[in-house]
Amino acid sequence: MATVRLSFSPAPVHVRTARLVGVAVARRAGVREDLLDEVRLAIGEACTRAVALHRQYGLAEPVLVEMSDSGTYAVRVVDRAPIEASIGLAALDADQLANESLNEDDLTTGVGFALLAGFVEDLQVRPVDEGVGTEVRMVWPVNR
Amino acid sequence: MELSLATRTVGEHTVLEVGGEVDVYTAPRLRERLLELIDAGARHVVVDLGRVDFLDSTGLGVLVGALKRLRTADGTFALVCDKEPLLKIFRITALDQVFPLYPTVEAATGAGQ
Repeated sequence: MATVRLSFSPAPVHVRTARLVGVAVARRAGVREDLLDEVRLAIGEACTRAVALHRQYGLAEPVLVEMSDSGTYAVRVVDRAPIEASIGLAALDADQLANESLNEDDLTTGVGFALLAGFVEDLQVRPVDEGVGTEVRMVWPVNR
Repeated sequence: MELSLATRTVGEHTVLEVGGEVDVYTAPRLRERLLELIDAGARHVVVDLGRVDFLDSTGLGVLVGALKRLRTADGTFALVCDKEPLLKIFRITALDQVFPLYPTVEAATGAGQ
């Protein structure tokens, strides 16, 4: 069961709130201090991705963030966008990043996934169990 | 911390000092300022990230957009960054191979950029 559950309307202004809450819960859960910057970035990226998908599909439903600290610190960020649109881990190399034809949205998506994959050792992106959408699940160890 | 933006001129370079958090909410303001500078004729732009304490993919996308725009206009674009957490972000995304990165504004503006 989640320790803290946060749902927010899919607006960019709320992503910062999700980051702040995510890091506060991580600190309290016992995540190492030197990992907190990465926790902040990863939660931000996952929420940014969810907000972008909701806006792309005109979805007013809230984005859900669940934080749980039973044994590890686990964070789920759940969106409600069609699955075919939201799973696709695009790893871009330097040549692709610098390519003139790559638009900013696609670049941001690719860079966002690169950051998630780079900063979260235990990362899963999968369809939600019920209904439409995907969840980004991230797990960090805790010191207890 | 809110985004802060301040511009100064060093020789032929326009230096944009950025502070605070650059994320999905604030990045549009950074994009707007960079476009204003380029539209006003700036061709050698240095973005100083020295006071940035958070930078996400949206902010990186804006920076790449400015780099490409200036390249198209025969200009140059460089970043100043000496904070390890931010440098790690550039390495992980391979953007350290895309941007000229300098530890100081002096290095960026004195390197013929």
